[in-house]
Amino acid sequence: MDTILIFLSSGLFLGWSLGANDAANVFGTAVTTKMLKFKWAAIICSIFVIIGAVIGGAGASNTLGKLGSVNAIAGSFTVALAAGLTVFLMTRLKLPVSTSQAIVGAIIGWNFFSGLKTDISTLTKIVYTWVLCPILAAIFGFILYKFLITNIRRSKIHMIRIDQYTRIGLIFVGAFGSYSLGANNIANVMGVFVPVSPFKSINIAGFTFSNMSILFFLGAVAISLGVFTYSRKVMTTVGADIFRLSPLDAFIVVLSSSLVLFIFASEGLKAFLISYGLPSFPLVPVSSSQAVVGAILGIAIAKGVKNLNFGVIGKIGVGWVLTPFISGVITFIMLFFMQNVFMQKVFL
Amino acid sequence: MKLLGQAKDLISEIDIFWDNISRSALVFRAGLNNYLDGKIERFQSDLKDIRKLESDTDSKRREIKYKLYSHMLIPESRGDVLGLLETTDNVVDSIKKALLQFDIEKPEIPDLLKEEFKELAQLSVNTVDEMVLASRAFFREISIVNDHINKVHYYEHEADKVEEELKRKAFNLEIITTLSWKVQLRYFVERLARVSDEAEAVCDRLSVYVIKRSF
Repeated sequence: MDTILIFLSSGLFLGWSLGANDAANVFGTAVTTKMLKFKWAAIICSIFVIIGAVIGGAGASNTLGKLGSVNAIAGSFTVALAAGLTVFLMTRLKLPVSTSQAIVGAIIGWNFFSGLKTDISTLTKIVYTWVLCPILAAIFGFILYKFLITNIRRSKIHMIRIDQYTRIGLIFVGAFGSYSLGANNIANVMGVFVPVSPFKSINIAGFTFSNMSILFFLGAVAISLGVFTYSRKVMTTVGADIFRLSPLDAFIVVLSSSLVLFIFASEGLKAFLISYGLPSFPLVPVSSSQAVVGAILGIAIAKGVKNLNFGVIGKIGVGWVLTPFISGVITFIMLFFMQNVFMQKVFL
Repeated sequence: MKLLGQAKDLISEIDIFWDNISRSALVFRAGLNNYLDGKIERFQSDLKDIRKLESDTDSKRREIKYKLYSHMLIPESRGDVLGLLETTDNVVDSIKKALLQFDIEKPEIPDLLKEEFKELAQLSVNTVDEMVLASRAFFREISIVNDHINKVHYYEHEADKVEEELKRKAFNLEIITTLSWKVQLRYFVERLARVSDEAEAVCDRLSVYVIKRSF
């Protein structure tokens, strides 16, 4: 069991850093605009990340499995560690980075090392989802902004009332955002461990928890730890960043980005769309930060803001290429050391 | 539910604050008319009313300030709201001081100038009324605030014209015999016009807040 925990530690570290960074996307503005206390934001975020991961985490995780099924636990450990290191390195170098892109690069690196072919159709699906993610968030941001502002102006609600509704709204969309974050991004944290999961299904009070659920639960707890221990700092930075959002803007941004994350994570929604013969969305882990940037751009366009900083979009584009590449290279090198220096089996 | 209850209380307190300002303007006009018409007893009663209104407005402002900060309400706009209420306090203050000064000095206003004094007071009242409408709209319907602010500017400009005319007359009319009387009349003209100046100052701030809050 101890060895298992050691091997899982890289995934848990990845979860911790995801919690530290991405909780800010969900609750950052609510906290920095003093609409919500950090303590409450962290509690709500943690509970719903765990629920999202355990209940809705399977879909996006399956897609990563199709990209490359890491079949030895030392390999999984190395892949998650390499992705974590990539995120850490790129953050230090102030380069745009996303855990989703890092883990995909790492899996491809493992495929290369183990001599397995990367499923190109799955990879294409993933990359096209990355591009779609900020665009879709921008569309949601634009529509929601126009809809809300028109209705607020028409209804002549008192400023204080709007404040109250926004505050309550931020709690709800924050909870929804945390759920979606857990459901969509748990695949990044624990996805590579699914094929080699050492746990057995357990039965608690009539509910059966599969080995995957247990794995996702542990990952989500690591995310929660990241939220409690480090996200406050990130939230302050996000709040003081280039985007000065009003609480109402923040509500729209969180709702838009959460919807995007939900769409790319929900098996229920996919089944529903397919049953009505509608085009469905692939279940792929996407970047919550990029969804947030997309939503902010959508609002800015709706507001008719001139001099939009399109450099941000360029940065996202760079991240799509650079992150998987760096992560892939780091994984390859680390797998080499793991296999030849530490004498561990990194693939079967 | 507690959150919604707090909001309801605060909204009603802010409404009462603006009601007080509107009433102060009405008392100001009545007080000046009563003084000019020689109805001193009624003037005294107006003075008493304005003293009470001024102190009520002051305490209402403090209550609102306390609630805004202790309940953490409208964190991004509360500084603006407090700035608005504080500057508005100056309007009531200038009304009280004007009426009080009439009571202390009891200036003699020549019949020839009384109508223009009343006109000046009316224009100041108009600026305050429009200022109150602009401020109420700031809380509920931001798109129409500027319509009221424009009216404030218009009435203030008209008040300036009457002020200048009155001052010229005070110094040119032969019936006003002594320099001290002329200077005293000029002082009271300025006192009445100050009410509209203060209302305009509130609106200057308000127009900045509107830009900040425009979605």
